[in-house]
Amino acid sequence: MDLLGSKPTRFGFGDGLVDLGERHSNIVVLGGDITGSVMTSLFKEKFPDRFFSIGIAEQNATTIAAGLALSGKIPFFASYGAFCALRNADQLRISVAYNEANVKIGGGHAGISVGPDGATHQVLEEVAFLRTLPHMTMIVPADYYEARKATVAMGEMIGPAYIRFGRSPVPMFTTEESPFELGKANVLMDGTDVALIANGALVWESILAAKELAKKGISARVVNVHTVKPFDFATVTQAARECGCIVTAEEHQVHAGLGGAVAECTAKNAPVPIEFVGVKDSFGGSGDPEELMVKFGLTWREIYASALVAMERRDKGSSGVRAIRDVATYQD
Amino acid sequence: MTQETKASLDFNTTTFTNERRSAEDFAPIANEIRRDIVRMLVRAGSGHSGGPLGSADIFAVLYFGGYMRYDPARMDDTTHDRFVLSAGHMAPVMYAALANAGCYPKQEQETLRKYNTRLQGHPGRDMHLPGVETSSGSLGQGISIAVGMAMSDKLVDRNDRRVFSLTGDGELQEGSVWEAAMAASHFGLDNFCWLIDNNDCQIDGRVPDVMNVYPIDAKCESFGFDTIVVDGHDYADLMRGFDRFLENQRNKTGKPTAIIARTYMGHGVSFMNDKFEWHGKPPSKDQAIAALEEMSTMP
Ligand SMILES: Cc1ncc(C[n+]2csc(CCOP(=O)(O)OP(=O)(O)O)c2C)c(N)n1
Repeated sequence: MDLLGSKPTRFGFGDGLVDLGERHSNIVVLGGDITGSVMTSLFKEKFPDRFFSIGIAEQNATTIAAGLALSGKIPFFASYGAFCALRNADQLRISVAYNEANVKIGGGHAGISVGPDGATHQVLEEVAFLRTLPHMTMIVPADYYEARKATVAMGEMIGPAYIRFGRSPVPMFTTEESPFELGKANVLMDGTDVALIANGALVWESILAAKELAKKGISARVVNVHTVKPFDFATVTQAARECGCIVTAEEHQVHAGLGGAVAECTAKNAPVPIEFVGVKDSFGGSGDPEELMVKFGLTWREIYASALVAMERRDKGSSGVRAIRDVATYQD
Repeated sequence: MTQETKASLDFNTTTFTNERRSAEDFAPIANEIRRDIVRMLVRAGSGHSGGPLGSADIFAVLYFGGYMRYDPARMDDTTHDRFVLSAGHMAPVMYAALANAGCYPKQEQETLRKYNTRLQGHPGRDMHLPGVETSSGSLGQGISIAVGMAMSDKLVDRNDRRVFSLTGDGELQEGSVWEAAMAASHFGLDNFCWLIDNNDCQIDGRVPDVMNVYPIDAKCESFGFDTIVVDGHDYADLMRGFDRFLENQRNKTGKPTAIIARTYMGHGVSFMNDKFEWHGKPPSKDQAIAALEEMSTMP
């Protein structure tokens, strides 16, 4: 896995929407007054007749989208994830998911890498909410091309779907040709000592951690679970069985997101020690994106250290854990 | 203050008192607030210029005209009048007003948007900056919090505390704003004053192009507010609005007051004036120097 450049995943969403607009005349897009930052402005320029500005009214936009969907359109509504996943949670639950309305939501500026805007804008909880909604598809792409392919795929599937993307540039490591199938996790690096299961920006960090572990003679498997729902039970169960321990990594609260999904899956199918890398039950705060990723423990270093802990727990039983992690604020 | 200090990118230590003033006395305060906004934002390298600069005159009258009663040394007491910034992205103007009132050291303004700062990109109550009553930044919520505070004061504690809240005009597109308005008049909150920064701009363009919210005055009126439209850059007119609110509270009219302040986004800096493109970006260093240079000739 090599570095091929860097671009924000939101660019993939914007370009994917234009791809969709060219292929399907019933794709329509709703704006929430931040069309430039979430890149729906690209669609608006190309297809002005199929773009509707709803203003700063996320609850209304979500339910209007449901009405459009129940009339045979494929509406995309995009805003900051803080406002189009949680502000409109009831609308998503009833008008979208329960109706099985073919509504697509693009949640931008996700995670703490939003940076200086601070906690109000750094959504860290929406994966947890969306993956509990029946009928919902929830995607967290890792780089530009994956975001672009995921956007097209969610537009072409039938049913409610949500895609989470970020503001800051992130490393690119997939290409136009890399395989992408909704609901199918990608094993990016094979390994047998520990499985690093990640999505979003933490996939690249997991690759870096795996490369560091390799220097110590540890063979780490890197699994990219870009679709959190429907969840790829088979690939994750296999990773648990073959590696015997897991580290999950995500730019989200450690509770109930990808880590939660992996824990639910393995508790039933193949119980193994899991270490969770993520934001440890706290809100974010202002700062530079890169600085925040370090302060909140979302880099390869924590994944690397957690891998050692997970392996030790597997080998010696959980009582033998050495305190080599700096997760004092998180009780587990 | 000398012309040089005014044009400087550095913060100074001048503060202002909060008292009844005549209209002419507000200009130096508003201009110092504007200069601090520019100084803060250029250092932060991100943040919102347009709304904060355009509403600086409203804040000068609100914080320094004796309308909101508070002791800058005791912003955590339970007797002062409260202000809730519903339009959380406009934080720099509130931070500058609080600094110029002496609620916290002016130099600290240089930390805006930096890691661990009390001056979060959007107000964060968790950081305990004196005068920040609530976290905000998700549009349309602050005004409901303010209504809750006004209910606590008027209906439960039965004191004479005042609650002010400022929303943008794009923010009025959030339906919850109107739920708050309905409740304010339903509960007869004559201790509540709603300030609307009507600059006609939001991120994607002019307000009527993004989603029309006009007529704002008729809407406020029909939601039961005593509504007054003022020129948000004319201190005498702003005072007329705030005086009307005080009168409503004194006379126990049982009606909340809405002051619709017609403003220009970015007002005070000619190259930003009335341009929605300045909603969410900071000046570059050259632009900041030009802005401060221009403002140094003002009182
Ligand atoms: C619920 C919510 N949706 C969207 C945003 C993003 N946002 C921040 S400011 C803004 C525009 C606000 O317009 P207005 O109230 O007119 O303020 P002004 O542009 O005059 O500063 C938007 C859409 C937000 N902060 N909260």
